[in-house]
Amino acid sequence: MNKAADLVEETRDGGTVIRLLGHLSIACLHDLPARLDMITGPVAAIDLSGIDHMDTIGAWTVHRTAKRLSSEIVGGSEDSRRLVEAVGELDEPVNIRPDYVPPLQRVVGQIGEAVITAGSTLLGLVGFFGGTLVATWNVIRHPSRFRVNAVVQRFEVVGVSALGIIGLMSFLIGIVIAQQGSVQLRQFGMEMLTINLVGRLTFRELGVLMTAIMVAGRSGSAFAAQLGTMKLTEEIDAMRTIGVSPMEALVLPRTLAVVVMMPLLGFYSSIVAVIGGGFLCAVSLDIPPITFIQRLREVVPITDLWVGLLKAPVFGIIIALAGCFQGMQVKANAEEVGLRTTSAVVQAIFLVIVIDAFFAVFFTWLGWN
Amino acid sequence: MAPEEEIAAEEARVEQAVEQDDIAISVRNLKNSFGDQVVHEGLNLDVRKGEIIGVVGGSGTGKSVLMRSIIGLQTPDEGEVHVFGESMIGRLDDEALAIRKRWGVLFQGGALFSTLTVAENVEVPIREYYPNIGPQLRDEIAAYKIRLTGLPAEAGPKYPAELSGGMKKRAGLARALALDPDLLFLDEPTAGLDPIGAAAFDDQTRRLQQTLGLTVFLITHDLDTLYSICDRVAVLADKKVIAVGAIDELLATDHPWIQEYFNGPRGRAATAAVTREREKTAPQPSDGRR
Repeated sequence: MNKAADLVEETRDGGTVIRLLGHLSIACLHDLPARLDMITGPVAAIDLSGIDHMDTIGAWTVHRTAKRLSSEIVGGSEDSRRLVEAVGELDEPVNIRPDYVPPLQRVVGQIGEAVITAGSTLLGLVGFFGGTLVATWNVIRHPSRFRVNAVVQRFEVVGVSALGIIGLMSFLIGIVIAQQGSVQLRQFGMEMLTINLVGRLTFRELGVLMTAIMVAGRSGSAFAAQLGTMKLTEEIDAMRTIGVSPMEALVLPRTLAVVVMMPLLGFYSSIVAVIGGGFLCAVSLDIPPITFIQRLREVVPITDLWVGLLKAPVFGIIIALAGCFQGMQVKANAEEVGLRTTSAVVQAIFLVIVIDAFFAVFFTWLGWN
Repeated sequence: MAPEEEIAAEEARVEQAVEQDDIAISVRNLKNSFGDQVVHEGLNLDVRKGEIIGVVGGSGTGKSVLMRSIIGLQTPDEGEVHVFGESMIGRLDDEALAIRKRWGVLFQGGALFSTLTVAENVEVPIREYYPNIGPQLRDEIAAYKIRLTGLPAEAGPKYPAELSGGMKKRAGLARALALDPDLLFLDEPTAGLDPIGAAAFDDQTRRLQQTLGLTVFLITHDLDTLYSICDRVAVLADKKVIAVGAIDELLATDHPWIQEYFNGPRGRAATAAVTREREKTAPQPSDGRR
């Protein structure tokens, strides 16, 4: 079966003739095409009489060589000559890849596209927020359209399932802050201030911020991937044709779930982080828990808790919107689901931190120091 | 020829075929199950070299599962699958690989790689199995394969997402044909195509099969396809192949499902269409197959 293809150059009647031998099939071609390419001289004919078997790839090899050297095809069975003729009829240039663009032009084009994309994404996000508000208003006017089951299900996925990982993360963050803080503060003999550090930092900033990052990674990405896949399988189009608004059925429950869950998770995270800090204080600074709690009550103003809890739902809106918006933008192929999921998380975290900075200025201005 | 003689001749032909080792695929005692649900049990099927065999059966009778078992995507619970005389179950060695190079598969949705252009899709098997083929020749091969399946030249640099359903099928076929396989698996190739596109696809399949001497394993629900291009039809029901043969032979059996399938309103319409077609193309000498 495996009889390697070969060629012999002969001189007949004053002209060069290439005689092909053996199996002219893809498995047996080996270096034959390369050797044929090296032949430059005028070739009168290509003789197929020595061939046992030929497939279309072999036939193509014969055809292209004959065409390049403008030689005749002679000998061989009628079948093989017909095959060469048949593939020859299909000879038409076909582009393999989209047209090549010079690098400079491409880079400039990409920068331009990125700017336009950034602008249109921001616009789209604002528009999407508007759409969510309209959907909310519609649901308020027709409360029967509110999907309790969907929301409660999301509560579980977004909130309850996240308790473990957020608790663990917060506990460790609490320990790290207390440990690093105490090392620095010890230089001034003010280890007691570690409690201020842990208490104020976690309630005011870190508890909610870390929760937001974790929720963006867990739920924001999941929203984007879910909606993106539903978009690909035309589930969302099917919904629209049945008269169900995807904004009401998919986006609103998810947004609501994150908005409700974020303050709860943020509060939980702050408490666990403080417990972590207290644990380290007890173990390595010899501050008993009772003292820790008493001191905490003295130094952490209640406004710190409000600062944290007020920010949480806003972060929640941003995370849910970024996730759902990116999911709804999926078109075309599976790869885009991945890309959109990535941008959902990146955008959510980025916007959360930007908004957090605004909040910091705002609350200072309010005098909630 | 009297009918008895005809049958005897047919039997002799079959026997001869078996003796000549003319079997491309042979499935013996296949059993497949998912959990408690048994899809196949004691399934036997022989596919002869150079024929187009149509596989039909109701939804959920495991047509695709049978194909997946043959091409090794599904490991059966029991049974033997031989392709070109090699046992294929659970094999990953070089001989099994050599057999794999000899078949091409067209999946239901085309299953094109979405990040590659149509032409690059066609190049994937060549690049993977025959790195000795230079890039220029590879591009040329992809080009004529695309034209071979009836796609326009403009389709080459397009991404699968930019193609219509019918073009995706053709692109999938071009990829399946990339290595000039001896054996072609088609999973519902005409599903979702318009009648003109479906007829063209059937025609293409028949022509390719004749020019390249292919063996085609064709899963279909399309009665027109069965009538117009299949040499034999295998019927899947009750977890096994209940009958194999030309449609005329199947019609002679009295299995209720087969009768309902071919003599239902759609079956009758397809028969009528084929009869009209045959009358139009003048009386042809019977080649004993159909």
